Amino acid sequence: MNIRFASVALVASTVALAACNKQAPEELPPAPAQTATPTPTGPTTPTGPSVGTQAHFENAVSGQNVIYFDTDGYDIDSEDAQALRTQASYLQQYGQVTVTVEGHTDERGTREYNLALGERRANAAKNYLVSLGIPESRIRTVSYGKERPVAMGSNESAWAQNRRAVTVVVN
Amino acid sequence: MKHTLLAFTALIVAPLASTAYAQDLGEAPPPVQDVEQTQVEAGDDVDDGGLTGSVSFEGNLDDLGIAIPAFATDRNVPTTANANGTAALGEELARVITADLRNNGLFEPTGPDALPKPTFANITSPAWTNWTSRGAEMLVHGYVQARGDGRLTVGCYLYDLELKNQLVREGWVVQPSEWRRAAHKCADLIYSRLTGESPFFDSRIAYIAETGPKGNRTKRLAIMDSDGANHRFITTGRSTALTPRYSPDYSQLLYLSYVDGNPRIYVYDIGTGKQRLVVENKNPTIAPRWSPDGRNILFSMAVSGNTDIYRVSANGGRVERLTDAPGIDIAGSYSPDGSKIVFESDRSGSQQIYMMNADGSGQRRLSFFGGRAATPEWSPRGDQIAFTHISGNFRVAVMNPQGRGLRHLTNSWQDEAPTWAPNGRIVQFFRTTRNSGDTALWQVDLTGENERRLPTPVDASDPAWGPILP
Repeated sequence: MNIRFASVALVASTVALAACNKQAPEELPPAPAQTATPTPTGPTTPTGPSVGTQAHFENAVSGQNVIYFDTDGYDIDSEDAQALRTQASYLQQYGQVTVTVEGHTDERGTREYNLALGERRANAAKNYLVSLGIPESRIRTVSYGKERPVAMGSNESAWAQNRRAVTVVVN
Repeated sequence: MKHTLLAFTALIVAPLASTAYAQDLGEAPPPVQDVEQTQVEAGDDVDDGGLTGSVSFEGNLDDLGIAIPAFATDRNVPTTANANGTAALGEELARVITADLRNNGLFEPTGPDALPKPTFANITSPAWTNWTSRGAEMLVHGYVQARGDGRLTVGCYLYDLELKNQLVREGWVVQPSEWRRAAHKCADLIYSRLTGESPFFDSRIAYIAETGPKGNRTKRLAIMDSDGANHRFITTGRSTALTPRYSPDYSQLLYLSYVDGNPRIYVYDIGTGKQRLVVENKNPTIAPRWSPDGRNILFSMAVSGNTDIYRVSANGGRVERLTDAPGIDIAGSYSPDGSKIVFESDRSGSQQIYMMNADGSGQRRLSFFGGRAATPEWSPRGDQIAFTHISGNFRVAVMNPQGRGLRHLTNSWQDEAPTWAPNGRIVQFFRTTRNSGDTALWQVDLTGENERRLPTPVDASDPAWGPILP
């Protein structure tokens, strides 16, 4: 708990809190449930989410951390490219941030093929970010295939929302 | 500070650290024990010509009446297989056999609850007149005896009531914990003698048990007998498990797990309850399959987004790449003799089924049906390939290994991932319900008849039917 909190603080370039009081006194109130989003301490956003959090990233890219695909497709179209450029400029600004690109599919495919298709989509997004100068070492990919839908219906609209690649900040 | 820096580094590389796995396993199931075949008494006046001769019944086998009264016991003694002793166990044996036949739409069985109980002496010398008036053409008799070594002997006899003839008999010695296997062996004996087909009841199914809402499903590796009994969860559900396959000797399970955060194939050893990665590298590995002899593992691996089919020895070692198309090559399935592999590829632009030799040579497309074709599984008999035909709905279909003779076995919104019964006469698959995302295991005959849902404690997908137990 303390180590993890110190790690996040380090990411936020705030060394003041680190390693000076590893044992929490018993009379302190319970720690906040979400250690990933500690009290804002980053110098850049004193009142909002701190750098290194998903909230900070999503705010900065105006929600363009998700790109969408056609059925069975994995092409980066102009809309996707625009979103990925926004993501890339964030990653260029915050050189310490690493991300995972999650590839997803809709439910109208077989399970194993969809795992491979999700991987292809995640890699398409990753390759575009790399082409914009983001080091490959800062981008991990993972495919969830059809296992983690965000829209629950069985219709074209839901399927379109589920065919996606989501960029997630690694905490 | 140094300590803090180390911790930070560990957080970054954690997804790739091998120490992270083996954290999602529950208690190991008991390993499969061999069932020993034993000689059983032939009985008086047995004309052994009946054991190989033809059956008197000449109608449709679906209408063949079979009486299956309680199995007798020489003396009712305590057994760990049944709290009420071997006599009660004899009734249970007959119930399991009756359910096996009835649930699979085979014959017209009548179980022990509607029939008189034969004596122990009757088993080898039926009281014919008690049975001929009941409208059945066939009679099953059997017995269970507790042995001195704690095991049980179960005998199984099939009689033709018209000919007053013994058609077949067999006996097995089983541990009390495996008593159901003796019942399945008896059902297999009856089925094989009357149909001429290979047995299938004495087998197990691995599958994925699903709970929770559509957007946040818990998916656990689970196993059960072919009739749904002896159900066990292998994983705890902390991480998603998918696509299991039993090894041909039932000692291991291949499956995909996200236990380290990435989709990767593990080999789970049933004897030790431990698992290992099928290949040690950072790429996602999916779609695991055993070779028919259990010596090789076929799988797909995505490298920089391109998925190809690879083969590795079941003991590990060098990985051999079998396909190199720029598309997705996946879901390889061996022919029963291990010489060929049927697989799925989208190299033509959409999922279609292809064939190649086991070394990767001679790749050619098999499916030209319109729509997409996926998840091919070669029948254990070698004569058919089952697959998912996607043309509007997802339907389970079969074709011959030349890519002809298309037949649809199901017609529902989303049926996928067929797996074969050990004798190649029945196909199981999973059915997803539109909108709710509910899943269930189903099976259907090769004729497209006798479609039914399998009983599972919770929702279920990805069935994998193993061979006849050793």
